[in-house]
Amino acid sequence: MSVKLVNLSKIFPSPDHPHKEVVAVKDVNLEVEDGEMVTLLGPSGCGKTTTLRIISGFEIPTTGDVWIEGKKVNDLPPNRRDTSMVFQSYAIFPHLSVSQNIGFGLELKGWKAARIREEVERIMEVMNLKDMYHRRPDQLSGGQQQRVALARAIVNKPSVLLFDEPLSNLDAKLREQMRVEIRRIQQTFKITSVYVTHDQDEAMTVSDRIVVMNDGKVMQVGTPFEIYSRPANLFVADFIGKVNLIEGRIVETKGKAFVVEYAKGRKVISSAGDALKQGQKILTVIRPESLRLQQTTASHSDFLRGKVVKMVYLGPTVEYELAVDGLKRTIAAVVSNPIEAGFFNIGEEVALDFHPHAAHLIPA
Amino acid sequence: MRRESGKIGSRRVSIPDAHINIMKTSAWGRTGKQVRLISKDPLLLIIIILILASLITFILYPLFRVIAMSVFPEGRFSLSVMREVIASWYMRQAFLNSVMMGSLTAVFGVIVGFLFAFSLSRTDIPFKKFFHIIAIIPIISPPFIGALSIIMLFGNNGLITWTLLGLKNIKIYGFRGLLIAQVLTFFPVAYITLKGVLESISPTLEDAALDLGGSRWKVFRRVTLPLAIPGIASAMLVLFVETLADFGNPLILAGSQFPILSVQAYLQITGMYDLPKGSALAFILLVPSVSVYFLQKYWVSRKQYVTITGKPTQSTPKIVSPAVKWLLFASCVFVALFILLVYATILWGAFARVWGSDNSLTLEHFRYVFGVGFKAVKDTLIIAGLSTPLAGILGMIIAFLIVRKEFPGKRFMELSSMLSFAVPGTVVGIGYILAFNSRPLLLTGTLLILLLNFIFRYIPVGIQSGVAILRQVDPSIEEAAIDLGADANRTFRKVTLPLMVPAFFSGLIYSFVRAMTAISAVIFLVSSSWHLMTVQIMSQVESGRLGAAAAFSVILVGIILVAILVIRSILSFRYGRFGGTMLKI
Repeated sequence: MSVKLVNLSKIFPSPDHPHKEVVAVKDVNLEVEDGEMVTLLGPSGCGKTTTLRIISGFEIPTTGDVWIEGKKVNDLPPNRRDTSMVFQSYAIFPHLSVSQNIGFGLELKGWKAARIREEVERIMEVMNLKDMYHRRPDQLSGGQQQRVALARAIVNKPSVLLFDEPLSNLDAKLREQMRVEIRRIQQTFKITSVYVTHDQDEAMTVSDRIVVMNDGKVMQVGTPFEIYSRPANLFVADFIGKVNLIEGRIVETKGKAFVVEYAKGRKVISSAGDALKQGQKILTVIRPESLRLQQTTASHSDFLRGKVVKMVYLGPTVEYELAVDGLKRTIAAVVSNPIEAGFFNIGEEVALDFHPHAAHLIPA
Repeated sequence: MRRESGKIGSRRVSIPDAHINIMKTSAWGRTGKQVRLISKDPLLLIIIILILASLITFILYPLFRVIAMSVFPEGRFSLSVMREVIASWYMRQAFLNSVMMGSLTAVFGVIVGFLFAFSLSRTDIPFKKFFHIIAIIPIISPPFIGALSIIMLFGNNGLITWTLLGLKNIKIYGFRGLLIAQVLTFFPVAYITLKGVLESISPTLEDAALDLGGSRWKVFRRVTLPLAIPGIASAMLVLFVETLADFGNPLILAGSQFPILSVQAYLQITGMYDLPKGSALAFILLVPSVSVYFLQKYWVSRKQYVTITGKPTQSTPKIVSPAVKWLLFASCVFVALFILLVYATILWGAFARVWGSDNSLTLEHFRYVFGVGFKAVKDTLIIAGLSTPLAGILGMIIAFLIVRKEFPGKRFMELSSMLSFAVPGTVVGIGYILAFNSRPLLLTGTLLILLLNFIFRYIPVGIQSGVAILRQVDPSIEEAAIDLGADANRTFRKVTLPLMVPAFFSGLIYSFVRAMTAISAVIFLVSSSWHLMTVQIMSQVESGRLGAAAAFSVILVGIILVAILVIRSILSFRYGRFGGTMLKI
């Protein structure tokens, strides 16, 4: 077990009211396996960065324990913890060259100059920084600075690598390249990593598991599939991607499956976030791309019907907004490969259906 | 590294702004926690205690002695001295004159400063670089050079009044002469402040106003001027405080008909040996200076507008019409020529046999300076050379503590160390002779008292530049070093300190200039064993030897120029463009 957080809480004095307090992290429990990459994902102010800073030692938890490599490190200052951080602002030392930046940690360990040089050159090769040895930081592009920051962190071979929103200062295209790159490097070196981001796509791309946080609390821990398709609660369902929440009621339980009654018809759904009881009102979580749209005449199952109120043609996909009788919110649907699937016009009535595996139930 | 500069420190800790759970806690709890945190780092604790102790001893204690001397004249509380001072018509007049001189200098100084700042930042007049240098010169020269030159130009043996016009009994001493000298001396301070203010106002705002159909005059009145108003107010207050505190110009030019508070306090002590009365005058001088200073620092300067622009905006100056542009140019030329005349007069005076009656050239005065007067040159260099780096290092350490550390007494450290800027030198000088003339702190007459005075007077310079640069350094740069395994000590030495070096040197230049040109406090502290050039210049003027005074001044300004050039070239050699841009002076 590389990182273990037990009942972690952090209370700050409020910046606005000197006599009040703000709970930034509340009762967080988490275990990160060796070589695993876990992402803390959540809106700003959810406590994800504070949690990361507690792992690195820059914040001291108000209560709870931090374990790294089987040792309790609560009382260890950041410089004596075996963690390396990649900072949001990169935090590259502006007065040192690229190689001096990367070799800084090794120099502090008291390595000989020749050995540092060898190691730094090796890592620069891996990181595609080959010809940058003597460059000054202000001669680097944003992406190169990012690589230097990453190289500086992994050259020390830390037990845990920490990423604090490392890509938020890059433009969109570079961001996509770099998240693949970060995942590649992490898997090459098999470094246990904790990654903080507010960007879901980033979290989906880089993580083995995702921890969704809100208001200082953990809302769900799971693989990207679980977080997206099997959200544990309304917050996770709503925070990750676009979602349709269709109200219904459980009329029967069959082992692990549930028979759900909707306005027009029933479905058997076997996936649920919590223990659900017969007669309970539920919400069906269904992603827009999981909805199947058909002309009412061609439809075999007549589960829901909606009227097209909006259509946006995006090329690879078409996004529809459908008004359904008896539902407050409109339903979002995405049709990929529209040329084969066909187009629907505004005002047209459409039959809606979905595969039972694509749906997931949470309590209303 | 430019990209993230906008983000610096913006997100230290993530604190939920919505849905926050709020509880009650006590302020004591926090102080206790800070104490526990510092006591983990004994070196830091010792440094903090030492600094607080020395700030109390060398900044607050002398002030306390001045106040005590004026209201506890014989060991008991008594307002008799104060009453006596206030009852005196002459002293009341000195107070009114000082306040009036401060206010008028503020008004006229800001007008001239704004003229320069506006012309240089908002028009495309020629010779901008030249005007900038001309406006900087009075800052790097002793403040009383204006007064000295005005006497040489307009006095009884003045070049213009006597040699050219043949006038006699010209009344240059007093109100008029002093006002000219003060405006000349202090307008550059307003110029620098206002230039910064005007440059921070994006010209696109003016472009937008013009585009909306405003006339040029209307745009100036409704956009440019209102945006600059907080800066103008701030500059006026600074000029008021500096003029009120100024000692050199009034000592030379005020004369007995036009008493000025700082000079009267000095005369009470050195002429009448009346310490209580001198202290009472100093106290009276202290009150408006300190209150206006803090008004400026903590209220007016916070009202300034900041226009945030993502990219540097490019705009050609269109805000003035050609006619106005050339009018502004002509005004700048007039002021610049006057400043040149002032300095040329000093230079000529240094080489003239007997100013006014025999203006033929001679090296006699320089021979005098390098002979009899050389000890003052040497002493000045030793004292300024020792005190400025010490003040700089102390300033950097205090800046680091203020920006990066949490400890009880932090606010006190910040306020008391900045107090030196607010307190008139005359008050400090009197405070030092009162505080350090008996055991265990018997320092009067020594090198140490001069050094201590300079160090604690000029730490604010280092603190300001240190704070400015540290606020620009992303705290995560230091965190990165700690994260990579450096302890607090190594982080400071290997990361923080190297980053502060350019600020240290630019602070060094400024405090070196101030130390070389200081007069008001040190005039109380010099002795036969340690003498200063500025005090020498004053005594030469008082004994009517204008030539020697001018020669001393020329050498003084020469030393300062050489020092600036040396430090600047070291810095730009070592740090390239980065170091060069750090030095605005």
